[in-house]
Amino acid sequence: MPTMDLRGRTRVLDGNRAGAYGVLLAKPDVIASYPITPQTPMLETIYKFEAEGLLDAEMVEPEGENSAMGVLIGACAAGGRTFTASSSQGLSFMNDAYLLAAGNRFPIVMAVGMREQVSPHGVVAGQQDAVLVKDHGWIQLYMESCQEILDTMLMAYRLSEDSDVLLPVNVCYEGFFLSHHSQRVEIPTQEQADRFLAPLKEMKRPIWSLDEPMVFSSYTVPAELFTEYRYKACAAHQRAKEKFDEIDREFGRQFGRSYGGQIEEYRTDDAEIVIVSMGCSTGTAKVVVDKKRDEGLKVGLIKIRMFRPSPRERLIKALNGKKAIGVIDRNVCYAWNCGHNFIELKTLLSDLDRPVPKLVDFIGGLGGADITALQVERVIDRTFAAARGEEQQRVIWLSLE
Amino acid sequence: MKFISKFEGPWSTPAEPLDIKTGEWRSQRPLTRGEKCRQCGWCFIFCPCGCRKETGNHFTADLDYCKGCGVCARVCPARAIALVREEV
Repeated sequence: MPTMDLRGRTRVLDGNRAGAYGVLLAKPDVIASYPITPQTPMLETIYKFEAEGLLDAEMVEPEGENSAMGVLIGACAAGGRTFTASSSQGLSFMNDAYLLAAGNRFPIVMAVGMREQVSPHGVVAGQQDAVLVKDHGWIQLYMESCQEILDTMLMAYRLSEDSDVLLPVNVCYEGFFLSHHSQRVEIPTQEQADRFLAPLKEMKRPIWSLDEPMVFSSYTVPAELFTEYRYKACAAHQRAKEKFDEIDREFGRQFGRSYGGQIEEYRTDDAEIVIVSMGCSTGTAKVVVDKKRDEGLKVGLIKIRMFRPSPRERLIKALNGKKAIGVIDRNVCYAWNCGHNFIELKTLLSDLDRPVPKLVDFIGGLGGADITALQVERVIDRTFAAARGEEQQRVIWLSLE
Repeated sequence: MKFISKFEGPWSTPAEPLDIKTGEWRSQRPLTRGEKCRQCGWCFIFCPCGCRKETGNHFTADLDYCKGCGVCARVCPARAIALVREEV
């Protein structure tokens, strides 16, 4: 009996190991990845699976992240199911192959153990590496818990390989907070995972073989054809949104766990103000929302799970009629002097009913800092103040005031 | 919506790129002197575009696709291939 086989059991696992079980359950054909903190223990775990004979995959040890993605592009063209993982500088080093994967519509699943992007230098948690590539054509899903990382791995393959989608998917989880902290995790059985992934057997995509060779990333002329491929990729991103909601619901029916699809709406129905968060600080924020609710304050929370494509329609529906929105951003957007989700929400304010909610940005958790319950309380208090019409700074840097 | 390709992404079968006549890019063309050609096949092996073809008693270039890079002339042990400027 192999020592690592925890399928069908409940264990305390960190996010890297939980994610590795998700990968094991999805049975990829080819894995090529280069270790980088904080993703390394995920790779180590996957290698142990292979060493113990639990995982029957081609394991490639490339000389760097760019080659890792290159290997997967080839494997994917030949019809394989693939996996890789990276972080921060590794993701940057992968960049041109990362773009090729999306442009060629290769359904690759890649975990991002999110880490601050240098410089300033720091091997610390952040979201800057993943948000930096927000327009590189990948679907990006952001995680709150270790269980969600495991479950989303399976959902990511369902989404990525769907014939209506055919796009690569990032499963993003903050380094250290999720990658190295342990939580209770239920590991599905192989039979459960196989049943959930079974519909993919019916999905068709063009596949390269020696008998029927194909050209991938073919030189694209005329410009009309180039434009057509851009259009088709945009359309696929839009189709992915509702598809992800459906996949999440189906997952809920099969496993009893569901995460809301593109976004999770937490106590938002009768809320006057809403906090928007993305990633692992959502857990803390929910606790504070509960506390404020106990005090009689009508506050809710929206967790952005699907950052790319933008869950625009769901957000519009959820935010309509709210008096103010407080955004917690663990990343910065230099161009607009704020966080990324702030600017995303700003673009949809004009689609909301009048009067539009006040929008306040709170930047926190940079450089590996904790986003504390106390900070979230300040976020909620300041957002309520904005709702009352009190003048607020547009962007508040939580640790600098 | 009007589409040209049946594919979702920039993929094609080998037949489709043949529509792109790369010979149009050429500024110089290889001329093969058939009587000097020993049919050793080096030009065939080294041509990066795979456009050297056999005519029966010597090799020559498929000018629809030959970009005039000159590799064939360089590798020919019989010095049977010369490059001449394309007329503008």
